[in-house]
Amino acid sequence: MVQLSSTLLYIAFVLYLIATLFFGGAIRVKKKDGVDRWATIGIVVTIIGFIAQLGYFITRWIAAGHAPVSNLFEFTTFFGMMLVGAFIVIYFIYKTSLLGLFTLPIAILVIAYASMFPREISPLIPALQSDWLHIHVTTAAAGEAILAISFVAGLIYLIRVVDQSKPSKRTFWLEFVLFFLISTLGFVIVTTSFRAAGYEAAFEWIDKNGKQDEMVYHMPALVGPHEGVLKTEGRMTPLIDMPAIINARKLNTVIWSLFAGLGLYGLLRLVLRKRIAAALQPLVKNVNLDLVDEIGYRSVAIGFPVFTLGALIFAMIWAQIAWTRFWGWDPKEVWALITWLFYAAFLHLRLSKGWHGERSAWLAVIGFAIIMFNLVAVNLVIAGLHSYAGS
Amino acid sequence: MEHVKCECGHVNPIGTVLCEACGKPLEEVPTLVDMRYEGSARRSQTYNKTIIDKIWNFFSSVKVGVWLIVITLIASAIGTIYPQQMYIPPTVSPAEYYEQQYGWLGKWYYTLGFHDLYSSWWYMLLIALIGVSLVICSLDRVVPLYRALNNQRVTRNEQFLQRQRLFSRAQATDYETALRHVVDKLTKRGYRIREENGNILAEKGRFSRWGPYVNHIGLIIFLIGAMLRFVPGMYVDENMWIREGEIKEIPGTKGKYFLENKKFIFEVYEKEKEKEAFQPAIDRVGSGMMAKNYQTDVVLYERVGPVVAGEEPKLKKIKSFSIRVNEPLKHDHYALYQVDFKLDELKNMSFHLTDKQTNKSFGTITIDLIQPEKEYDLGNGYKVQLLSYFPDFYFDENGNPNTRSKVPNNPAFVFKMFAPDRPKGEVSFTAIRQTIEPLGDNKYKMSFAGIETRNVSALTVRRDFTLWILGVGGAIFMIGLIQGMYWNHRRLWIRRIDEEVLIAAHTNKNWFGLKKELEGIFNDTPFVMPIDQADKRS
Repeated sequence: MVQLSSTLLYIAFVLYLIATLFFGGAIRVKKKDGVDRWATIGIVVTIIGFIAQLGYFITRWIAAGHAPVSNLFEFTTFFGMMLVGAFIVIYFIYKTSLLGLFTLPIAILVIAYASMFPREISPLIPALQSDWLHIHVTTAAAGEAILAISFVAGLIYLIRVVDQSKPSKRTFWLEFVLFFLISTLGFVIVTTSFRAAGYEAAFEWIDKNGKQDEMVYHMPALVGPHEGVLKTEGRMTPLIDMPAIINARKLNTVIWSLFAGLGLYGLLRLVLRKRIAAALQPLVKNVNLDLVDEIGYRSVAIGFPVFTLGALIFAMIWAQIAWTRFWGWDPKEVWALITWLFYAAFLHLRLSKGWHGERSAWLAVIGFAIIMFNLVAVNLVIAGLHSYAGS
Repeated sequence: MEHVKCECGHVNPIGTVLCEACGKPLEEVPTLVDMRYEGSARRSQTYNKTIIDKIWNFFSSVKVGVWLIVITLIASAIGTIYPQQMYIPPTVSPAEYYEQQYGWLGKWYYTLGFHDLYSSWWYMLLIALIGVSLVICSLDRVVPLYRALNNQRVTRNEQFLQRQRLFSRAQATDYETALRHVVDKLTKRGYRIREENGNILAEKGRFSRWGPYVNHIGLIIFLIGAMLRFVPGMYVDENMWIREGEIKEIPGTKGKYFLENKKFIFEVYEKEKEKEAFQPAIDRVGSGMMAKNYQTDVVLYERVGPVVAGEEPKLKKIKSFSIRVNEPLKHDHYALYQVDFKLDELKNMSFHLTDKQTNKSFGTITIDLIQPEKEYDLGNGYKVQLLSYFPDFYFDENGNPNTRSKVPNNPAFVFKMFAPDRPKGEVSFTAIRQTIEPLGDNKYKMSFAGIETRNVSALTVRRDFTLWILGVGGAIFMIGLIQGMYWNHRRLWIRRIDEEVLIAAHTNKNWFGLKKELEGIFNDTPFVMPIDQADKRS
């Protein structure tokens, strides 16, 4: 069952890749009789991929005896699945294959990112042994995924409208967003490579309470732990030691990912001889801007109530049961509130101040950044009650 | 109040942009009318003289509301940089802790009060201002909007129609038949039809216009519920440590309820006991390293009869229950939660009274470490007096034995041992792995015979009368949100003016959906599908 589950996830991953290619093909091909063959194949492959991933989810649920949403790998994978699910629904409303060309790579990236974390099926600690685990986590993830569609729509909008003829603040920030996506790919590549090479370097170091501890790196240490002493022979010695309050190993991974991202980005710029967004612009030149704007807005309109229900209301009910209080200002709770406040502001700006089009698109990008911050940084960097999710 | 009379005869309040009844612009308007709030007269847009007007106008502005949200958002984010005071160890002083852990940044964090940000006066003020903004924003809009929607007439002014985003004008051919056909289709799609002199107003989903105001009411109720926590008596939040075998009054229940701890159970995931699928995960963290269950088996009692000082309470058993994480014991609005535990606290300690020379024992005493006896009689003239007891022993700064707490973490005793040949008794100070004979060499000693331990469980006692208010607020908020977001208010006007048909349509959101629906309605009729005039601009 466990093996079957992993295989299904792998199949889904490959199918999403194939579907992306078809959606890419759909842009250049002219429609015959109003039906776009490439897009049709693309959406069919996507749906099969989605079913495969659903199979992964169900088989893993059966194997574990609880919904596989209990650690960072499982949650992030589920988020990726919901992203594809949200895309499928939106596709049938608006029939835009372009959305697939941009959503699927992001979903692929999300799932690949998830796979870098421990993938074993873990039993549940007492705090997680509740039906609210399934209810709260799945609803919250679904809400975030629907909101993320607005990011994809916003990105398409920006790639289309940002003037690429001269450098500006807008071109810079758009490149920054793309660089961030590329760095995620960098993280995946670097982690996989060093893992395949079996790289390991153990350090003895002094933690912030002055106690000696051991830390194992799986990447060459550019930054070492506080007063770290290398214990594995023939490994790279760190260029600099970090203070004790900083988790040097995680920082090291971030630095490697950024370097890899920078390398990939530089390579792409060299090959393309223009900004990445400028290179993508021809792909989106035929897009109906009003429609993309509408998709972005609708995904917020649909996602916001789902997010509120899952990430705040269900969260509060469960917190009252498990932690004795419905709200405790735990970092994850606060960041869910921040996300909620942000999208509330988004909706008010749009409805009352008329922030449509490009402004709305930038806001969607910021909103996604907040969701990602909550998913990644709050789990891995800011330790709190939810930090078990980052193990 | 002053009024403006429209040419259609309807009397509008001053400040109205579009006549409530016929929609005729009463002021200069751009090519497309702004349909937000139906062009009704909002107080904030009309009056700006007195101080009350100014305050009203300030809070009714969405811009101000959004700024309040953004400031709250940024402040909240700052509060997550370092742990809040409630998450740092309770024994350390926060002033030292933040500087020690996080250096000068931590020091500033503490100095600026960010360590307790969410209960700071200014954060509460921000939330309160958002609350005020919610109320005023809503009132400023909902009343005129209600008036406008309630007073709208079927026959709309020509200018109103042609300045709608979706609009068409065409020659009327076969008007009546076509109209019947369209009305038929509209009815099937759930539109309510009003007819007046051969003109049509088709409308659906008007209730979605109230969504924002409903959800704001929900939020206000929620905030009121949250505020009630400051009212004394609205909620109980107590902690109790209870040892196995102990019966204790439950704090916060005013002596009404008592709890007995039968047993505390702590379980971990062990490799050999868990199913195959979990093996790799258990291997990674180590067998026995991951908690599986924290559970206290308890019996809940209620006091019978009045409270009499100094008398043992009479208790009536109510129920037995196993309190686990995620499964609190609930009774009479109280809830008892499993929150902490301590394994193997010392319960009893036993000693033999022995002759140091011969090692012969003259009997064993067992000391209850919570309630020790004063004297232990061993018979035949042998007895032991307990002169002093230090449950959590240490030497204080003067070098005297003392105790840190009442918890038997490190018990120490001063014994006076009596025997037939030592009628005045010998004094011995006995601690773990330590014996001091302060008054010279003794014949007898208290030799360690054994210990008994038990587990201690920590429970949190809660009773919260604000919960249902928060629940109601939350439910209303969700209803309002769904009402406003998942439905939209669509209207279609068909008006015949002489030989022409004017068709206009409006929706408060999701224009794409409206256009698709209109295509379905007009495709097989002689009417011309309204055209999106917003497209022409770009």
